[in-house]
Amino acid sequence: MFERILQDAPQFFAGSNLLFIAQAMGRTLAMTLIGCGVGMVFGLLIAVVRISTTPLLLPLRALLVLYVETFRRIPFLVILFIVMFVIEPLIPGASLLSIATVSVCLLSTAFLSEVIRSGLESVPPQQIEGARSLNFTFMQSLFMVILPQSWKVILPPAAAFIVMFIKDTSLASQLGVVELTFAGKMLVNRGFSPVLGFGAILVAYFILSYPLSRFAAYLEKRLASS
Amino acid sequence: MHHLEIRGLATGYGAQQVLKDVTLPVDRGEVVSLIGPSGSGKSTLLRALIGLTPPTSGEVFVGGSKVDYSSRASLRQLRDRMSIVFQQYNLFQNMTVLRNVTITPLKIKKRPAAECEREALQWLERVGMAHKHDAYPDKLSGGQQQRVAIARALATRPEILLLDEVTSALDPERVNEVLDTIRGLTSEGITMIIVSHEMAFVREVSTRVAMMDEGRIVECGSPQQIFGAPLQERTREFVSKILRH
Repeated sequence: MFERILQDAPQFFAGSNLLFIAQAMGRTLAMTLIGCGVGMVFGLLIAVVRISTTPLLLPLRALLVLYVETFRRIPFLVILFIVMFVIEPLIPGASLLSIATVSVCLLSTAFLSEVIRSGLESVPPQQIEGARSLNFTFMQSLFMVILPQSWKVILPPAAAFIVMFIKDTSLASQLGVVELTFAGKMLVNRGFSPVLGFGAILVAYFILSYPLSRFAAYLEKRLASS
Repeated sequence: MHHLEIRGLATGYGAQQVLKDVTLPVDRGEVVSLIGPSGSGKSTLLRALIGLTPPTSGEVFVGGSKVDYSSRASLRQLRDRMSIVFQQYNLFQNMTVLRNVTITPLKIKKRPAAECEREALQWLERVGMAHKHDAYPDKLSGGQQQRVAIARALATRPEILLLDEVTSALDPERVNEVLDTIRGLTSEGITMIIVSHEMAFVREVSTRVAMMDEGRIVECGSPQQIFGAPLQERTREFVSKILRH
């Protein structure tokens, strides 16, 4: 096995292969970051609607609960296939990467909305009463009082979810998106040693997720001290 | 015209009616203390007045105009003139002491920043907390937090100040520093409604004392009368129990 690795190595680490892996890394990162970024924004919106008590929004709240509870319970692979079969006839020629990214958005919005909701609910109601008695509007309470106090509750599970999702995007390889895992398969199919091929992919996943974990840990520390 | 007039006010939490029928006229600059056993509706009355537990029936007039608790504009006007200090202080944990005091005049009332800050520091000075203006609430003792909470309420320039058991959560040693602060305010001309179990304090600062029981005002009179010569049996019983120790 080692002989084979040594034999393949010079050719494997040629510029074109590294570029190929880097591009695949880019796709994995793009799916994760765009998906989770959108998930944070829409997750926040959903969480805010769900903690609001206006009767006016009751039907919307019910719909959102249905969405969140459904999508949290479907395997990511199934979401990928559903999105693909829904989008393809609607938008012919939609790229596989965009289909996969939309799938990530759908799942991460559902997941992160729950993370954010529990963060918002961790703020004692007295804080909100204090703000209300001082004439803060709902939005002012949200942005000046509730959110600044809930980040430290939201951030650790949200970061864990995003880091975990870097790995879960590998399921998009089933659709044919050339992300890291698919890139590994392709390299092996081209005849490189599987240990070398997937070893390189392993390192690439680590390079993506480790800095993100560190960054989250840094933010967490900074938020906890303020 | 009374500064604050409460007529037949009732409210509760869900099916439980806590406040049954409270009528209380309060003149400008008066300090009215509410006394009575736990669960008699004292705190609920304050919460109802500022609309945190909206009244289910009855009327409230501030400066002669009726408060509509179902209208945001009316609530906004009301809370512009009325402030509450809570038993648990409720300082914003994500803001420094100074920010807690400036945020309402600055962001909600949109007053000039320099003026807000100067006034906030004056109020903090007044409650003896100016030296801690950079600290976060969780670094302060309960008594210090409560004094900041009083400064925060005053910085909104209220005409009416509601004080809801402001010393109940404090260490006995810290009670006096807060009571001294309030004592110093009674000369400001702010109308105050105080819920307190500190009877000596109530007796000293109040212009009138209202005895509450089971969601109603049983009796209302001067501190001398309520503590010295109560007319109602319920008041007599409560006062004698309280004053015995």
